[in-house]
Amino acid sequence: MSTTAINDKRPSSLQGERLPKWFPWALGAGSVAVSVGLCLATGIDSRIQWGLIAAILFVLGTFVIAGRVEGRRQAKDRIATSLVWVAFLLAVVPLASLIWATVERGTKVLDGYFLSHSMGVVADTEPGGGIYAAIIGTLEQVGIATLIAVPIGVLTAIYLVEYGRGNLARAVTFFVDVMTGIPSIVAGLFILSLLLMFDLGFSGFAGALALTILMMPVVVRSTEEMLKLVPNELREASFALGVPKWRTILKVVLPTAIGGITTGIMLAVARIAGETAPVLLLVFGNPFINNNPFEGAQSSLPLYIYQQFKNSAGEGAAYDRAWAAALTLIAFVMILNLAARGIARWKAPKTGR
Amino acid sequence: MDITTQDAPPPTPQPTQGERKRAARGATRPGDRVFLGLARGSGIFLLLIMAAIAVFLSWRAAIAISDNEGNFLTTFEWNTGTQPPVFGIAVLAYGTIISSIIAMAIAVPVSVAIALFITHYAPRRLSSPIAYVIDLLAAVPSIVYGLWGALILVPQMDGLFGWLNDYFRWTGVFSWEEGAPRSMLTVGVLLAIMILPIITNVSREVFNQVPQMHEEAALALGATRWEVIRMAVLPFGRSGIISASMLGLGRALGETMAVATVLSPDFLIHGSLLNPGGGTFAQNIAAKFPEADEFGQDALIASGLVLFVITLLVNGAARMIIARRKEFSGANA
Amino acid sequence: MAKRIDVSGLNAYYGSFRAIEDISMTVEPRSVTAFIGPSGCGKSTFLRTLNRMHEVTPGGRVEGKVMLDDENLYGAGVDPVSVRREVGMVFQRPNPFPTMSVYDNVAAGLRLNGSYKKAALDDIVEKSLKGANLWNEVKDRLNKPGSGLSGGQQQRLCIARAIAVEPNVLLMDEPCSALDPISTLAIEDLIGELKERFTIVIVTHNMQQAARVSDRTAFFNLAAVGQPGKLIEIDDTERIFSNPSVQATEDYISGRFG
Repeated sequence: MSTTAINDKRPSSLQGERLPKWFPWALGAGSVAVSVGLCLATGIDSRIQWGLIAAILFVLGTFVIAGRVEGRRQAKDRIATSLVWVAFLLAVVPLASLIWATVERGTKVLDGYFLSHSMGVVADTEPGGGIYAAIIGTLEQVGIATLIAVPIGVLTAIYLVEYGRGNLARAVTFFVDVMTGIPSIVAGLFILSLLLMFDLGFSGFAGALALTILMMPVVVRSTEEMLKLVPNELREASFALGVPKWRTILKVVLPTAIGGITTGIMLAVARIAGETAPVLLLVFGNPFINNNPFEGAQSSLPLYIYQQFKNSAGEGAAYDRAWAAALTLIAFVMILNLAARGIARWKAPKTGR
Repeated sequence: MDITTQDAPPPTPQPTQGERKRAARGATRPGDRVFLGLARGSGIFLLLIMAAIAVFLSWRAAIAISDNEGNFLTTFEWNTGTQPPVFGIAVLAYGTIISSIIAMAIAVPVSVAIALFITHYAPRRLSSPIAYVIDLLAAVPSIVYGLWGALILVPQMDGLFGWLNDYFRWTGVFSWEEGAPRSMLTVGVLLAIMILPIITNVSREVFNQVPQMHEEAALALGATRWEVIRMAVLPFGRSGIISASMLGLGRALGETMAVATVLSPDFLIHGSLLNPGGGTFAQNIAAKFPEADEFGQDALIASGLVLFVITLLVNGAARMIIARRKEFSGANA
Repeated sequence: MAKRIDVSGLNAYYGSFRAIEDISMTVEPRSVTAFIGPSGCGKSTFLRTLNRMHEVTPGGRVEGKVMLDDENLYGAGVDPVSVRREVGMVFQRPNPFPTMSVYDNVAAGLRLNGSYKKAALDDIVEKSLKGANLWNEVKDRLNKPGSGLSGGQQQRLCIARAIAVEPNVLLMDEPCSALDPISTLAIEDLIGELKERFTIVIVTHNMQQAARVSDRTAFFNLAAVGQPGKLIEIDDTERIFSNPSVQATEDYISGRFG
C-alpha cells in the first residue's frame, strides 16, 4: 500500500469544519422568530402550529446547515441530539405539571382539620369535611394486605431460592410472573366473585384481599432478587458448622438480605396504597368513619379522590378536597419510596460497588 | 450456635424408603421439615390462588354469558338490567386496543429517547437526579394521573384537537364534531404519560448494562455519538426495550381510573379518535359497577375475564422475549 | 499510510488526579513500539490519549500536544471522531459487536463513512480478514455472529475491523492478555506483518512479548501509588532488554519488582 493512495471518502485533514457551540441555540431562536413572524403574517393563531413550524424549521435548518458545513454524519448526529433533547423536554412538561398541580391545588384545604375529620353529612358540593375515614381505611386495608402478603411472599421466595428445584418451582416462578401482570381491577373482580358466591357484603377486608393478590408477586420477586444476592459461601460456612438448613436460612441468609427485603416490601406497600379499582369494587366507600375493616363499607384515600372527583358536579369544594387527598396520597407513597431507597442504600450488600 | 436443635429428635430407628431419600437430601430434622413445608406450602398457595382466579372468573362469567341475549363478542350494547339482558364487549375491546396503541405509539419512542438522554446525553451531574425523579414518578398512583388528566390535561387538549381537526380532518381519524376532548386520543395521551416513567426506567437500566467495551469499539472506529448508539447501544438493548414496552402495555391495557376519569363513554365505535365516546374493559367495569345488580356484576366479571386473558397473552409474550434475551446475553458474557 | 507520532509535554487527568505526567516521545512510522511497566503506571491511559479515547472516561482530560505527522490531535477545531478514524484501536478483551455477523463487524467502520457498492465492500472485507490472518478460518461463516468465534479469532476479527478503515496508526491495549498461548502467537505473527503498513503501538504486560514483537520499547513507572506515571526511557528494544540506561528499567526487566 503506497502512501499516495488517498481514500477519497475521507477528509484530508483532521480539522473538519465545525459549527460554533452557539449554533443550535442561535438556530433555535431563529426558527422560533421566523415561525412566529410567518404565522402572524399569514394569520395562523394556533400555538401548536407555531411550535410545530419552529420545530420543523429547526430540524431542517440543522440538517441543511450542518450537512453543508460538517458533513452528513455530523448532521445526523446533531439531529439525533436535538430529538433526544426535545423528547426529554416534551416529557418533563406533563410530569412537572402533574406534580405542580397537585402541590399547588392540594395545599388549598390541606390542614389539620382536613386530616382529622371525615365527610359525614357534609354534602359533596359544600366545603368542609376531610379524609380521616379515608386514611383509617387505607391504613387498615394496606396493613391487612401487608400482614397476609409478606409472610406468604417471603416464604415463597425462600422456597424458590433455597429449595426450589423441579416442576413445582418452575410452575411457581412462571405464575408469579403471570400474577405480576394481573390488572388490579381483575384482582378486584376475583374477590367480588367470592363475595357473590358466599353472599357477603362490602368490607375493608375484601379490599385488603384483592390488594394482597396484587402485593404478593411483587414481594416474591424482590425478595427472590435479594436472596440470590446472598453469597453461597455464607450458607456453606453455616452448613459446615453443622447448622441445620432452616436455621441457616433464618439466622444467616435472611438477616443478610433483610435490608433489601424491607425495601422491596415498602415499595410494594407504596404500590398497593394507590390502587383504586379493587377498592372501588369491594370497599365501596363510606363518608362516615368505620374502624372495623371486617364489617361494612369503608373509605380509602384513592377511592376518596375518585368519589370527590365523580360527585363534585363541577363544584370547586369537592375538587379541592380531591387534590388535597391526592397530595396526601402522593406524600405517603413518596415517603415510603424515599425511606425504602434510604434503607436500600444504608443496608446495601457490600459488593464493592 | 448450638448444633442440636431444640426440637425432638426424629424417633424413627428404622428409616423407610422415603425417609432415606430425604436423608440423602439432608432434610431429616423436624425443623427442616416444618420450614420446608411452610415454604413449599406458600408456593402452592400462590398457584392455588391463580387457579382460583381463573376458575371463579370463568364460572361467574359463564353464568352471565348463558343468559345473554346478545352476542358477547359483537354486540354494541351493555344492558344487563333489562329482560332479557343484552351485552357485548366489541366496543370495549376496540377502545382498549385503540387507547393502548396510541399510548404505546407515543410512550415507546419518547421513553427510549429519555432513557438515552439520561444514559448518553445529559450532563453527567444531572443524569442520576433525573433518573431518580423518573423512578419516583413511576410510583405515583394512577388515580392521581386520572385526576390531573381530567382537570388539567383535558382543557389543554382543546387546542390540539382544533388544530388536528382543521388540518387533518380529511383523514377521518382526526375529525372533531362535538363535545369536550374526552376522547380516545386524550385517554391514549394520558396513558402514555402514565407508562412513560415505567418504560423509561427499564430501558435506562438496559442501556446502562451495555458493556463499555462495545461502545468503545464503536468509538475507536470513529463513530459519532449517534452512531455509537445505533451500532452498540440499540442492538444490545432491543429485546430489553421490547419487554419494557410490554410491561407498559400491560399497564395501559388494565388501567382503570385514569380512563374512567377522562373518558366520556358511550357504546359506539367511533372512527374518529377525537370524538368522545367508546370505552375500555376496565373503565366500563368501574363505571357500570355502582348500579349493577348481581347479574350485572357477573356480566362485568365476564368482561374482566377477557381483559385477564389479553393481559396474560401480552405478559407471556414479554416473558418469552426476556427469556430469549437471557440466553443471548449469557452467550456473550 | 503510516504516520509518525510526536508527543510533547503530555499530562492526562482523571478529574483532579493526574494519571500521567509530562510525557514526550516519538513513535516511528512502520514500526512496533511497545509500552511496558508495572500496573497502574499509566501506559494504557497514555495509549488512550493517542486517539482521544481518554476523554471518553468520565472526568478524563488531557493537556499537551500529540502530533500526527504535522497535525496536533488536540489542536483547536479537531474533531475526535475523525482522529479515531485515523488512529485505530484494539482492546484488551476482544469486543466484536455481539449482534453483528463476522462480515458486518468488519464492514462496520466502512459503513459509517458512506455507502459502498456490495462488491467493493466484499473486497475490503476479504482483504481485511486476510490481513488479519482470519480469512481461511471464517470465509464459510461470514454471516454467523462474530461472538461465536473463539477468543483468539475474535481478537483477530477486531484487528480486521480496525484495519478495514485503513487507519494510519494501530493502537493495541494488551491485545493478548485474554488469550491462550497459541492465539497469542498468531496475533504476534500478525503484528509482525501489519507493521509493514501501519504504525503500531502495543501495551503489554508480557516482557517476552515486547522483546519478540517490538522494534522500540518504552518503559513507564510510577514513584508510588497515587503518584502520576512517568516515561522512564524509550529506546531500541534490543538496548532496553540488554543494556538499559536507567537502573529502574533494569530492575523491572530482570524481575526485581513489578
